[in-house]
Amino acid sequence: MKLDLKKLKLRKVNEQLQSIDRKINDRNFTIINPEGNHAVCAGLTEELNINIKGHVGYYCAGMNQKANITIEGNVGTGVAENMMSGKVHVKGNASQSAGATAHGGLLIIDGDASSRCGISMKGVDIVVKGSVGHMSGFMSQAGNLVVCGDAGEALGDSLYETNIYIKGKVKSLGADCVEKKMDKKHIKKLNLLLQEANIKNQKAESFKRYGSAKKLYNFKIDNISNY
Amino acid sequence: MCGIVGIYLKTKKFENDLGKMLSGMLNNMESRGPDSAGFAIYKNSDRKEYKYSLCINNLDFSKFKKNISQKIKNLKLNQYSDHVILKTTEKPKKFINLINKEFPEISIVGYGHSIEIFKQVGNPKDVVKKFNLESFSGTHGIGHTRMATESAITTDGSHPYSTGEDECLVHNGSLSNHNNLRRELKKKGNIFTSENDTEVAAGYVSNSLSNNKSLKDTLVSGLKDLDGFYTFIAGTRKGFAVVRDEIACKPAVIAETKNYVAIASEFQAMAHLPDVNNAKIFEPEPGIVYSWGN
Repeated sequence: MKLDLKKLKLRKVNEQLQSIDRKINDRNFTIINPEGNHAVCAGLTEELNINIKGHVGYYCAGMNQKANITIEGNVGTGVAENMMSGKVHVKGNASQSAGATAHGGLLIIDGDASSRCGISMKGVDIVVKGSVGHMSGFMSQAGNLVVCGDAGEALGDSLYETNIYIKGKVKSLGADCVEKKMDKKHIKKLNLLLQEANIKNQKAESFKRYGSAKKLYNFKIDNISNY
Repeated sequence: MCGIVGIYLKTKKFENDLGKMLSGMLNNMESRGPDSAGFAIYKNSDRKEYKYSLCINNLDFSKFKKNISQKIKNLKLNQYSDHVILKTTEKPKKFINLINKEFPEISIVGYGHSIEIFKQVGNPKDVVKKFNLESFSGTHGIGHTRMATESAITTDGSHPYSTGEDECLVHNGSLSNHNNLRRELKKKGNIFTSENDTEVAAGYVSNSLSNNKSLKDTLVSGLKDLDGFYTFIAGTRKGFAVVRDEIACKPAVIAETKNYVAIASEFQAMAHLPDVNNAKIFEPEPGIVYSWGN
């Protein structure tokens, strides 16, 4: 079904997609003329396939559960923020805070993501085929952040249990973020993620893994300069 | 939160549509700034003649026309609601003194050879309509929709700020060291008409440009001297430049085609522009100055 955001009100379109009956077979939708609107496809809870043709604004696919959403364009701030499950695929670039606080699912960005990508992520897997900006993975708690390009300043600042895999250069590491050894289980997981994101020209072995030094978990006076 | 927009035309193709393009951008930024709006339009024009953008407030236009015509000869006046574009060969120093002395109720919004500035309180859609922005042609333009934070909702508190000949600046963000900087600039001879933080940034740019620094170098130094959150668009006769502070909390997106460069706080401001879906679209990187025409 085709939904034209030039003709239909955004709220109506979102309400329609949020209330699709589980027994309905036609679960494929195309949204045209998104024209940078905010909160397109926010709050979906069903297994739907949605293709958005064009650039969208802030919080696209926010809080997503189960839906498979592809954006054929760029996305604004906070794409797939607080996603719980499902898949969001951005074919262009993403603005800041992509996948912020997301608990689950898979976010794929074909282009670059700007600052604070994966900020406070709580279990989502994020795969960026380009580069990410400064403060990416800030206070990230769980999940995997994969970057095939470079990372900006203060990568993984104050992170907890997230694994960050970077292929290119890292401008600088944030407080308590260190390079860590790639074990077999990490290579296996990374290969799986690259496969899910349909990336064939990268080998897991060529990535570096970054994670928490765990010095900031508990307050220690010796670490005062890191807080 | 505020909305900022700008268009620089790389070719002549859209010169007659500049006002239409900019008004659509401002209308779409209403959600970021419903308190006041303003815009600056640059046109190629006679270099001997000065254009003064005046907000006459409650002064009667015909009365003003009669009085000013007695004091200055060979002037041309165009009225746009409560704004007047006055063209004369009279030099700025003399003219500004005259206006301040004889017409204290008038605010001088800007002046120069090519700039025309309009700004007023109210919803951007109403402001754009009031000044008939759609009818304007030009080479580049800058606009702003304001959600007031640190100073009152007045015409003087609206953007763009113009503190030098053919210069203007719009700002999304807030500065934390503007009081200190204002004091320093006042000592150097800058004049400020409001308590607004953005006016200080505009004054900083004017001061630097008057010392023969380029716009790009000025904004690079500004990264050190201006403390706070910002995305700025600074305009001159030749073009404009864009810069975001190094934290880059304030958004900006640029769309570039072979005919124009457009910048806005959000993509939705530019969704109506011709051929925008084939434009090169990118976010200006933090702490990097991007400049066109200068």
